[in-house]
Amino acid sequence: MYRYDEFDHAFVSDRVEQFRDQVTRRLSGELAEDAFKPLRLMNGVYLQLHAYMLRVAIPYGTLNSRQMRMLAHIARKYDRGYGHFTTRQNIQYNWPSLSDTPDILAELASVEMHALQTSGNCIRNVTADHFAGAAADEVADPRPYAEILRQWSSVHPEFSFLPRKFKIAVTGAERDRAAIQVHDIGLHLKKNEAGEIGFAVYVGGGQGRTPMIAKKIKDFLPEADLLSYTTAIMRVYNLHGRRDNKYKARIKILVHETGVEELSGQIEQEFLQLKNTELKLPEADIQAITTYFALPELTERPEGWANLAGWKKADPDFARWVHQNVQPHKNPDYGMVTISLKPIGGIPGDATDVQMDAIADLAEEYAFDEIRISHEQNVIFPHVALADLEAVYRGLVSIGLATANAGLITDIIACPGLDYCALANARSIPVSQEISTRFGDPARQAEIGELKIKISGCINACGHHHVGHIGLLGVEKKGAELYQITLGGSGDENTSIGEIIGRGFEPEKVTDAIETIVDTYLGLRLDPGEKFLDAYRRVGPQPFKDALYGNGAQAAA
Amino acid sequence: MADKVLTANRLSDGISVWLDAAGNWVESLQDAFVARHAEAVSALETTGKTAFADNKVVDVNVIDIEEVDGVLRPLRLRERIRAEGPTIDYATGYKGLSGPDQAA
Repeated sequence: MYRYDEFDHAFVSDRVEQFRDQVTRRLSGELAEDAFKPLRLMNGVYLQLHAYMLRVAIPYGTLNSRQMRMLAHIARKYDRGYGHFTTRQNIQYNWPSLSDTPDILAELASVEMHALQTSGNCIRNVTADHFAGAAADEVADPRPYAEILRQWSSVHPEFSFLPRKFKIAVTGAERDRAAIQVHDIGLHLKKNEAGEIGFAVYVGGGQGRTPMIAKKIKDFLPEADLLSYTTAIMRVYNLHGRRDNKYKARIKILVHETGVEELSGQIEQEFLQLKNTELKLPEADIQAITTYFALPELTERPEGWANLAGWKKADPDFARWVHQNVQPHKNPDYGMVTISLKPIGGIPGDATDVQMDAIADLAEEYAFDEIRISHEQNVIFPHVALADLEAVYRGLVSIGLATANAGLITDIIACPGLDYCALANARSIPVSQEISTRFGDPARQAEIGELKIKISGCINACGHHHVGHIGLLGVEKKGAELYQITLGGSGDENTSIGEIIGRGFEPEKVTDAIETIVDTYLGLRLDPGEKFLDAYRRVGPQPFKDALYGNGAQAAA
Repeated sequence: MADKVLTANRLSDGISVWLDAAGNWVESLQDAFVARHAEAVSALETTGKTAFADNKVVDVNVIDIEEVDGVLRPLRLRERIRAEGPTIDYATGYKGLSGPDQAA
């Protein structure tokens, strides 16, 4: 992975000391809240319902054991013994005191981490496929490009005060595991006919109150032009993005109001000015960054095949876990392991300090010291020898993280919701816990198959409900919580925005409604191989409406 | 008019607090001063502005409550969760903050 150079170290340390001074002045009263708030936000410090919240960046979801141990240490020393991994591949702490935050940031800096640009109207953490560098279907590793974008966008003077926040995602395979079409810029790494690396470029995707699927504005952008073209997009957005209305300030609205053709013309014009400037990426620079992300030396471990067969036969729980949570690696002797942070009835994305320490130990011993955080709020070991899977599994069992549910109905994404978040209108976590408990039986989950439920506690959609196969949006109606259900959303290479199925459900009725939807699906699917999403796309919403509201039901507001 | 209390988050650690009758910011809603008429509400608002300006608290708000069997209860769920904490068992095994910084 990328290692800080001298400049990076000095830059991050300087920012910590600058923030320490700002916090000191705030606590002494020298700085008023109005002046301080934008400064704390630039350093990832929010104020939530019960306390401050610190959001720490995990660049493109990649970290090593030392860094994971530091996250555990911070949870233990400065918080309440846990952290929450987010859909942005970051981690949030829910209880830090303001006076401690400079020390926390200093500790993070000691392991090459920070909380910069995890808030504010700037370019946020660049996200990427969590299987990057390991997936068998990958054209190229997206992380070097994500790192190049990270370096370029860090405190970029021109792009630190954009009309609104800006999110970039990169995927390196045809199978989109980074949800690039619901990002401000989505980059799909590909090869052209000559075998050269470049990107299909998507612009203007996003969720929130106005969900939109990004439009492809470039079919093949040579890798050397990555920064010049991205700069061109940012310039057009910075100039024309709406600053008069916060709710219309994202680039998706600009794309929608301007039109794709007109906007890509403007971007192209800007690009022509920038194309052959210092922004052109020299091949040597790309290679230098790529070196940081080299595949670890994976020795041949063919014994794993026989071992695995024996272990699976002896232990059905292990067999189920391998089937569900281990994906094929580009090296056949290895697998990619998903460590589910969705124990049955648990809090999606939460991990305790003990669990984080144990994950770090396992990664060091069995996973080449490489850890990823997925946007689905799970932890990934991208490289594990099949011969070591049993040991990893036993380690995970001992810390309660061996739930075999990756991609199943209990692998639920949920934002913190009204239990923590100052913006939320309804709770997300208890709803996810009840659904998880109801469907927790492994045989039932297996029968249902792939089904992604995503829950947001407000219209900002941090829980990605718009792209859930089943999405739940919590709203406040007449002082009480109500949950609106959407069906048919998807955040992959065939992205779709879920459709509202009808009137909302009270908290105590949501799980029953989900069960009705699931039972309807099981009753109408062509065969067990037809996934929920495929079945929904085949039959449309009506059978589900009928089941939920009675025959002839109409969609309600 | 619904009864009202003054709430905020403490500047230094962000913890939710309520104003009591002695003018202190306390961590329990049940100890809060309840304003039951317009003049008292106006006094709360003035106190809130002063406390914010004095950099003691942030996010200051007057909120509606009701008193049921002697227990104060915010009308909005949001405020009930602020008063009672997350509704989930969020930190299984939480043993309190440790380390020298917190011991003081």
